[in-house]
Amino acid sequence: MAIFLNENSKVIVQGMTGSEGMKHTRRMLKAGTEIVGGVNPRKAGTKVDVDGVSLPVFASVAEAIAETGANTSVVFVPPAFCKAAVIEAIDAEIELAIVITEGIPVHDSVTFWNYAEAKGNKTRIVGPNCPGIASPGKSNAGITPADITGTGPIGLVSKSGTLTYQLMYELRDLGFSTSVGIGGDPVIGTTHIDCLKAFEEDPETKAIVMIGEIGGDAEERAAEYIKNHVTKPVVGYIAGFTAPEGKTMGHAGAIISGSAGTAESKKEALEAAGVKVGKTPSETARLMREVIENL
Amino acid sequence: MDLYEYQGRALFARHNVPVLDGGVATTTQEAVELAERLGDRVVVKAQVKVGGRGKAGGVKLADNVDEVKTHATNILGMDIKGHTVEKVMLTVTADIDEEYYFSYLLDRANRTFLCIASTAGGMEIEEVAHTAPEKVVKLPIDAGVGVTPEIADDIVTKAGFPEDLRDQLVDVFVKLWGAFVSEDATLVEVNPLVRTPEGKILALDAKVTLDENADFRHPENAEFEDKSAVDPLEQRAKDSGLNYVKLDGSVGIIGNGAGLVMSTLDVVSYAGENHGGVKPANFLDIGGGASAAVMANGLEVVLSDPQVKSVFVNIFGGITACDEVARGILGALQTLADRGENVTKPLVARIDGNNAEEGRQILADANHPLITVVETMDAAADKAAELANKGA
Repeated sequence: MAIFLNENSKVIVQGMTGSEGMKHTRRMLKAGTEIVGGVNPRKAGTKVDVDGVSLPVFASVAEAIAETGANTSVVFVPPAFCKAAVIEAIDAEIELAIVITEGIPVHDSVTFWNYAEAKGNKTRIVGPNCPGIASPGKSNAGITPADITGTGPIGLVSKSGTLTYQLMYELRDLGFSTSVGIGGDPVIGTTHIDCLKAFEEDPETKAIVMIGEIGGDAEERAAEYIKNHVTKPVVGYIAGFTAPEGKTMGHAGAIISGSAGTAESKKEALEAAGVKVGKTPSETARLMREVIENL
Repeated sequence: MDLYEYQGRALFARHNVPVLDGGVATTTQEAVELAERLGDRVVVKAQVKVGGRGKAGGVKLADNVDEVKTHATNILGMDIKGHTVEKVMLTVTADIDEEYYFSYLLDRANRTFLCIASTAGGMEIEEVAHTAPEKVVKLPIDAGVGVTPEIADDIVTKAGFPEDLRDQLVDVFVKLWGAFVSEDATLVEVNPLVRTPEGKILALDAKVTLDENADFRHPENAEFEDKSAVDPLEQRAKDSGLNYVKLDGSVGIIGNGAGLVMSTLDVVSYAGENHGGVKPANFLDIGGGASAAVMANGLEVVLSDPQVKSVFVNIFGGITACDEVARGILGALQTLADRGENVTKPLVARIDGNNAEEGRQILADANHPLITVVETMDAAADKAAELANKGA
């Protein structure tokens, strides 16, 4: 097992014919992802050759689903057109839409999220501004480097891409069931809590790493959820203890305003829920190693 | 991007939200000329992006041009909580019967928009929210529906606004929503929204935050950007497309990925505790690619900060393998040398991830006098802090 993405996932790429889309389609194929096509209305009906694999380009997500049985879309569409692309995926009722695109206006994210809700949340949205999902040995949908680690007992959920890679690398000998990069924007689809719930239910996952960063109160709410609903051990890491107030640190969501959303308040909330919180990525990896050894 | 009040007021006026006649001045002379146009009685307001300016003496009523001169002279250049006042806004005055509070904002936690309204507006609104929360109404706004006249009417009812103002308020709330959506704002706040003795509604303040991700839709709002208030190094980094924030310490930081760089700041701060309390000098995320050209631009910005005594390059090679990163670092130093920059500050490099050993070997073989390669993030932070402390 794994969560959200597995060896049966059939993946299409919205924005496949763009430069980022092409680059990462190639990488995903190499990682063993079953990519069944791409979507671009202006190039519909053509085929794209990616390292010897011929991928069909469809006019719409709905057509791609009808022709290929795709259940997952990875979205690389540029910010100006991304809202329309996600709404198209929701309308087609694809199971999972992973929005990699960085720099989407927050009004657009709120709009497609509210739209998904109004449609009964039939499509799970991950992101935007995220590295995607990797279930090592099974499938890789997004931009997570595929060769860091293999299959194993750890589930990971993170706002940050490179910190995800760092932790996967430090724990590469143990391996991962699934890592989900949920994205660093102020408004995202799938949350820490959604992933914690799925990892709790996934028999392959034995322990969970949760990576957060300053801004918002998602980690505090996740802590509350862990306290009441998660029985598997959780190890946490929060970035941004020393970030100054009022400065945006790269991720649009990573800004401290007032007293809420500080790393300290997140750490305290997690520890109160029984989560071991590492001070640095390497200490976090060490804590996880102890957890796995004591299972 | 937070707007100054005068910019927010201009934005409101653009969307036909009722505001007082006024303008902005950067010198006493300009303020006097503006006052002569506006008439006898004006309010002189410091333009700073921080609250509490009234209590700091940054808002004054002037009954004649002499008083405008006095107040403008006093307020321009004033320091309010670390912000120097560069501009004053002047408006005509209004008699006030009642003060209300009204805002639209992004509700991150619930992934929707929120309307907050209260009939108890004014300077003490935060106090009211604590002591009498029932007087502050919060209503979620669905992005797909927005604020229609019917929804605005509902807001008037739920917040308990006076009946005789209903039509005017519905109109203002719909227009403010128009401003919020069409300008891609994450906050539009009016405090106070006032009722005059004549029963007219006016927005006496304007607090607006715009979403920078939406800048591409709003070339007309580029004028709101206040280049004078931006740190020159930050501006330079921005011009080269780099994500840089200037901080106060002496360890220059370069990394890839916002989360990893934030984490690097923490690890360096902890390491600094053992090395004379040195701290990070900046946040700089050069992104996933970490090519030699981007690395060179990043190094150039970090090294041109005179406070920097050592530089910590912390790269996780994911999409870009570490051997490329290593060549990037060497290429960057070569590029800087070619540009005539005399680089003398020590560099600590920690590169991990794909092809890490090849990358470290490339740096070892280059045997560059300024570069120290350290294998782990914690040990590298310690080395960089130590070097910064020695160089101080």
